[in-house]
Amino acid sequence: MTLTAPDQTVAPALPAPALAELGLRESATFDRATIADIQRAAETGIYDIRGWGAKRKVPHFDDLLFLGASMSRYPLEGYREKCGTDIVLGDRYASKPLRLDIPVTIAGMSFGALSANAKEALGRGASAVGTSTTTGDGGMTPEERGQSKHLVYQYLPSRYGMNPDDLRKADAIEVVLGQGAKPGGGGMLLGQKITERVAEMRTLPIGIDQRSACRHPDWTGPDDLEIKIAELREITDWEKPIYVKIGASRPYYDTALAVKSGADVVILDGMQGGTAATQQVFIENVGIPTLAAIPQAVQALQELGMHRKVQLIVSGGIRTGADVAKAMALGADAVAIGTAALIALGDNSPRYAAEYAKLGSAAGYYDDFQDGRDPAGISTQDPELSARLDPVVGGRRIANYLRVLTMEAQTIARACGKAHLHNLEPEDLVALTIESAAMARVPLAGTSWIPGATGTGL
Amino acid sequence: MTTTLESRESQRTAPRAFDLKLGGVRELNRTLHHAADGDAFAVDHPGGKHSIAVGVNSEVEIEINGHVGYYAAGMNQGGRITVNGNAGVGVAENMMSGTVHVTGDASQSAGATAHGGLLVIDGNASARCGISMKGIDIVVGGNIGHMSAFMAQAGRLVVCGDAGEALGDSIYEARLYVRGKVASLGADCVVKEMREEHLAELGELLRAAGRDDDPVDFTRYGSARTLYNFHVDNSSAY
Ligand SMILES: Cc1cc2nc3c(=O)[nH]c(=O)nc-3n(C[C@H](O)[C@H](O)[C@H](O)COP(=O)(O)O)c2cc1C
Repeated sequence: MTLTAPDQTVAPALPAPALAELGLRESATFDRATIADIQRAAETGIYDIRGWGAKRKVPHFDDLLFLGASMSRYPLEGYREKCGTDIVLGDRYASKPLRLDIPVTIAGMSFGALSANAKEALGRGASAVGTSTTTGDGGMTPEERGQSKHLVYQYLPSRYGMNPDDLRKADAIEVVLGQGAKPGGGGMLLGQKITERVAEMRTLPIGIDQRSACRHPDWTGPDDLEIKIAELREITDWEKPIYVKIGASRPYYDTALAVKSGADVVILDGMQGGTAATQQVFIENVGIPTLAAIPQAVQALQELGMHRKVQLIVSGGIRTGADVAKAMALGADAVAIGTAALIALGDNSPRYAAEYAKLGSAAGYYDDFQDGRDPAGISTQDPELSARLDPVVGGRRIANYLRVLTMEAQTIARACGKAHLHNLEPEDLVALTIESAAMARVPLAGTSWIPGATGTGL
Repeated sequence: MTTTLESRESQRTAPRAFDLKLGGVRELNRTLHHAADGDAFAVDHPGGKHSIAVGVNSEVEIEINGHVGYYAAGMNQGGRITVNGNAGVGVAENMMSGTVHVTGDASQSAGATAHGGLLVIDGNASARCGISMKGIDIVVGGNIGHMSAFMAQAGRLVVCGDAGEALGDSIYEARLYVRGKVASLGADCVVKEMREEHLAELGELLRAAGRDDDPVDFTRYGSARTLYNFHVDNSSAY
């Protein structure tokens, strides 16, 4: 959004209340950001491409609360009584399922979108706390394989850099059908980031604006997917867990079809989920919120008798241990983080305020991952900018952040009397708004009302 | 250098026989993954089963006698695999090296996303032949279906018959040679001049596939490179 960011130097001289006193009123429909968007479109003739996920406000985990222990349930002692966090992913068919110490994983983000140092930092951090990282639309780098104890290898429509050696080196394989930020969309990586190394890994000319395919080239539909998954299992001798990642749009059906196609794990990514580069109109208007998607996927798993047998990983807007606990209480086995991990590495830090201003952005607003000029050295291929991110220091920050997420989730689970995070359940939750109650299928706080549910009268 | 179908110098051991009426595909693939260079296998009664001889990673010779289902010879690395029959969807998908020879027809997405090696189809190939190809050489004796060489990144596709609609849509650097008619060209795919080096490489590819067609009868197609960078005036093509 370089061109649409408000120009800080000509900010209104009068603060908002003063404007209101003068009888000036900003339109809710044509607010300043919308005006800037229209004028940007008129100037450039091309749609806006940016990173991050949906920025609009949608019902989210913030709209849920935990009930905590009471007379009828007793809590566990903090620190003294155990609250387990370990998970097993992919034991449906794989002979070597993933065993992770914590239920927070690092989501797929490509080398290309991210710098090699950022990828290495993610690998270091995740390995330090016993969780996995994921490759992305651009293949597996030796740096990432070297640093990640548990590495999930994405199998995307583009198949950039896809090869059987890396498939055999992976600890799990993730067939990507979609992403929450853009269900139904392919990838994009603009010329600034297609350096020699990135181009070579993707077999593309240097400096082109790369658009990758949105459909897989050799299968369509669930019947084909079943055959494709079987092929991947055959190639790797049935060792590796096979995940299927879906962008949240029709999660009830997509989850059921993924299970029927033979997936070991389903990853469900809601519309707040980040992206490296997508049209803004796509990010903001396609897909459904994470909160609305989880119960639908869980229902599909339960109806098939596969809940907990095919694991569900949820992503899209996970920021805190409370979010982790809420996703798990709604039925997820684990979560994945993208944007929050980049923020932990220093993305959007006020430290870079002056540099964001030079780019026409500001700390807290910066979303031009497609531009490759990230002052924090994360979403860039520029050697000078990348060098600002020390992968060892970055790894430590990621490990710290993952530990905090886990301890926060444990704090909540103990308060609810749970000896393991995966014992959290919908009964532990209430909703603050009618919308979130309907979506999450938990009662509005202080009532027994779940909008849309039948037969739940007093 | 072009990979050819001609048999290797290596001493051929007597082929080990696999009857897929008796044993499963899983056992066959496991065995192939542990084979050594120069080992030979004969697979009978494939019966259209899927994923036959996938993930081969040594210089083995495999002869499959009959029709195969989806993804036969998928991700081949170094194997010389012959299908004496027809192949289903995605034959030799994502091949890295070696050769795959289909004596009959092939279904959709033959050679999809493949990085190297040579795929020869004596008969026709269906839609999306060579889709997203990344370095493979494909020689088709007959016709190919629509959307072939879609987003083809690198490698060469030779078609001795006709090509269907939207050939080479959004093509990158792959080179296409077609002898017969092309129903229509996809976005950014154009006719290109046949220079000496192209006649030479085409001749080499035809020979590698064991064919004697004359390179001068072919037309070359490739990318006009107008979609490489986003441009306002191209919006109808995006
Ligand atoms: C910079 C960046 C690059 C990404 N690249 C990919 C990718 O290559 N493949 C993919 O499936 N998802 C990709 N994603 C999406 C993430 O895997 C994940 O779904 C999302 O970030 C989760 O939501 P969150 O950002 O709110 O945590 C990317 C996200 C970001 C922020």
